[in-house]
Amino acid sequence: MAAHVQLPRSVATMRMIKTAAVIFCTAAAAWANRASQPLSPTNIFAPASTPADMISTLSSLVVTVTGLIFLTVFSLLLWAVVKYREKASSGPGEPVQIYGSTQVELAWTVIPILIVVVLLLATVRAIASIQNAVLPPSAVEVSVIGHQYWWEYRYPHSNVVTANELHVPVSDPSHPTPTFLKLLSADTDHSFWVPRLAGKTDLIPNHPNSTWIDPHETGLYLGQCSQYCGVQHAKMLLRVYVETREQFDHWIEQQSQPAVASDNVIEGRRTFESTACVNCHTVGGTAAAGKFGPDLTHLMSRDTIGAGIVPNTPANLRRWIQDPSAFKPGCLMPAMGLSDSQLDAVTAYMETLR
Amino acid sequence: MSTASITVGNASSDHRPFVETLHQWVTTVDHKRLGILYILYALVFLVFGGIEASIMRIQLIRPHNNFVSPEVFNRMFTMHGTTMIFFAAMPIVFGFANYLVPLMIGARDMAFPRLNAFSFWLSAFGGCLLYFSFLGGNGLYGAGNAPDVGWFAYAPLTSRTFSLGHSTDFWILAVFVSGIGSMGTAINIIATVLCMRCPGMTLGKMPLFAWLNLTMGGLVILSMSPLTAAQLMLLVDRYLGGHFFDAQAGGSAVLWMHFFWIFGHPEVYVLAIPAFANASEIIPVFSRKAIFGYPVMVAASVAIGFISMSVWAHHMFTVGMTAAGNIFFVLSTMAIAVPTGIKIFNWLATMWGGKIQFRTPMLFCIAFLFQFLIAGLTGVMLAAAPFDWQLSGSYFVVAHFHYVIVGGILFTVFGAFYYWFPKMSGRMYNEALGKLHFWLFAIGFHLTFDFMHIPGLLGMPRRIYTYEPGRGWDTLNLIVTIGVAFQAAGTLVFIGNLLWSKWRGVAAGSDPWDAWTLEWSTASPPPAYNFAVLPGVKSRRPLWDLKHPEDPDWHYE
Repeated sequence: MAAHVQLPRSVATMRMIKTAAVIFCTAAAAWANRASQPLSPTNIFAPASTPADMISTLSSLVVTVTGLIFLTVFSLLLWAVVKYREKASSGPGEPVQIYGSTQVELAWTVIPILIVVVLLLATVRAIASIQNAVLPPSAVEVSVIGHQYWWEYRYPHSNVVTANELHVPVSDPSHPTPTFLKLLSADTDHSFWVPRLAGKTDLIPNHPNSTWIDPHETGLYLGQCSQYCGVQHAKMLLRVYVETREQFDHWIEQQSQPAVASDNVIEGRRTFESTACVNCHTVGGTAAAGKFGPDLTHLMSRDTIGAGIVPNTPANLRRWIQDPSAFKPGCLMPAMGLSDSQLDAVTAYMETLR
Repeated sequence: MSTASITVGNASSDHRPFVETLHQWVTTVDHKRLGILYILYALVFLVFGGIEASIMRIQLIRPHNNFVSPEVFNRMFTMHGTTMIFFAAMPIVFGFANYLVPLMIGARDMAFPRLNAFSFWLSAFGGCLLYFSFLGGNGLYGAGNAPDVGWFAYAPLTSRTFSLGHSTDFWILAVFVSGIGSMGTAINIIATVLCMRCPGMTLGKMPLFAWLNLTMGGLVILSMSPLTAAQLMLLVDRYLGGHFFDAQAGGSAVLWMHFFWIFGHPEVYVLAIPAFANASEIIPVFSRKAIFGYPVMVAASVAIGFISMSVWAHHMFTVGMTAAGNIFFVLSTMAIAVPTGIKIFNWLATMWGGKIQFRTPMLFCIAFLFQFLIAGLTGVMLAAAPFDWQLSGSYFVVAHFHYVIVGGILFTVFGAFYYWFPKMSGRMYNEALGKLHFWLFAIGFHLTFDFMHIPGLLGMPRRIYTYEPGRGWDTLNLIVTIGVAFQAAGTLVFIGNLLWSKWRGVAAGSDPWDAWTLEWSTASPPPAYNFAVLPGVKSRRPLWDLKHPEDPDWHYE
């Protein structure tokens, strides 16, 4: 077969590869310079809790090992493609035919097996230490119940029920107070994922799961549902507030109180209690005892509404009550068709639920 | 061996009326025509799936975008996944197997030509059913039309409580019907490879293409049957009061996951193994060397087939299996890296010391090697279960499996298109357009899928129709979407090239690549009977022996 001489084109290809390498290195340097600011509030490589930390350590090992394999094989491939391309100097005729070599094939079977064994041992260790962790008696217990497009949190030891914003105490390594999460689902599958605190675990109906976190620093940690659960899967956000022990105890104390009745909003309360609102929502200490929607007893203690999607301001709250699908089309709460004055009254009532 | 020919009555079909030609194609039982039907059918669905992907990418171009509603977005990813796997990737794989396996093993047709036609039309019917849901799925006012439960359709979202109307029924039936078609074709491929080889072609002298497709056939039977059974069970749940997957009545949502993934993971190899088959034919020819380590390549392929049946629950590391269960699936999943690594090294060794010709098919296969390397390594990351607890269900996974399916499989399929196009059409494709397609698609692929890994590492879950600003995902998603435009442009060039070359390409001759397997010994396109005289072979490269009588392969094998 006649040799296809393509020398100029190969030179052009080499030039393209070099240009690409320069661009890549510049981009990488620019990326590294930005690293002083946090890249993302949900970066899996910025762990703030033991399980996430162990995963991050294991991941770094796996990324390093696979990265080295990549560089080795990539270089060999590139070398082969560049060095053994058909050249004018190759001359006519076929290259030497080689059918195989037991030694080299054995080498590239045994070496990968050894690498796999190393990675397997590191992985087994991480699995065992996360899954088989024994929780101290000081652990806080919370039941997390996934609903179509919101999260319910129950603190069984203090009768606190809240929604969408999980409060846990910070865990001091010398006196660990980890939080043990029991994961349940009221309808379809969901998944609890706050990347800086732990890997995800699914919430599956009739299949209780569990996970644990022990955040080392106070602050707000974000995440969201990561198992497709229906129309509004995208707007089922997670907010975990990690507080000092005092703040947390105070929060529990405050959340376990019933709603404070206020005579100023009697009209709004009457509207709320005489419409279908009470079929789904609970307001502690009143006739409203529905279970399908979020508990509203301390609604105003929450920063957001709609499972973390908008700030809990009076304007947003009123808009939400008027028509939730304005924020979250496809969510299960219907528009109640309230008049403007009823909306004002119900919003005013909600604003007293602190 | 290509000189003899047979004159079949009225062989000139050029001047027949269109209706008669159409009738011939619809009623054909010829493996070559069915192969082409499979491929054309798959190309149509590839375009459908591509349009759905583009709609999703436009929606995700910036946070809080309002290009489509959440309902439409959810239908798009369900239809995209189902279409691409069942109605684009599998038919393409079956198309090439159908066309090439009999030619490569020196047979005149598949073992069961009528089963072949039956299987194709079942699959075709399945695809039509799925897309008919856009019109007929709206069984109840407001229930929505096309399926929106995701391509793996986790229970209990598929129950009648959560999925009103008939959209899920269309999904079930489409997958069910095409699954039966797939099993028919798989049986056919296995029977053909085992029983129809020409004289002298022992199993050890078969082209790797035939070996790999034999493995693929076995995997299809083993993996499609549980899925097909599960579809029936789901239908029983929906209409006959069954409770297989109904958690409220004591059924198990996790059971569906097991059923689905014991199909779903081997399915990856159902698609990847034929991709290996393409690479194993194209790389040696354009390196001008015999495949390196043929016996090990066969062993590695069959090993991958076996191991791939035992790794399914690595899709389920987050569903709360015990530590022991997780460790088993970590072990089996990491084990599969070994035979896969062997294959990459053997292809590398095939190129080593060769004279590599950068024709379009080879460009696609070289890119495949680089991309499949990365896909394999991100697969090792996902195999480490704790790492997977972070990555599962995130955009990292989406990037990983698109690296496998697009960067690995689709690239070799494009390579196969260019490599065998002269055989199928009798004409050469346009090399310049082919290279333009390659570069556009490679640039688009890397823009889209390289950058798609990062939002996953930064906590972005898959299947969300919109996302919050301020999470570090915005720019990355913009780049990902820009890449789609390049891929779409590349695909248009590809289709243009096929159409142009079909009618305007220069005549290819029977053996344009100076290749070594039997399909190149007969005319292009091959006559209906393939070979006037059944060839006899003495080695794995019969045409090499013919061209180099002084140094034939059978001296060494």
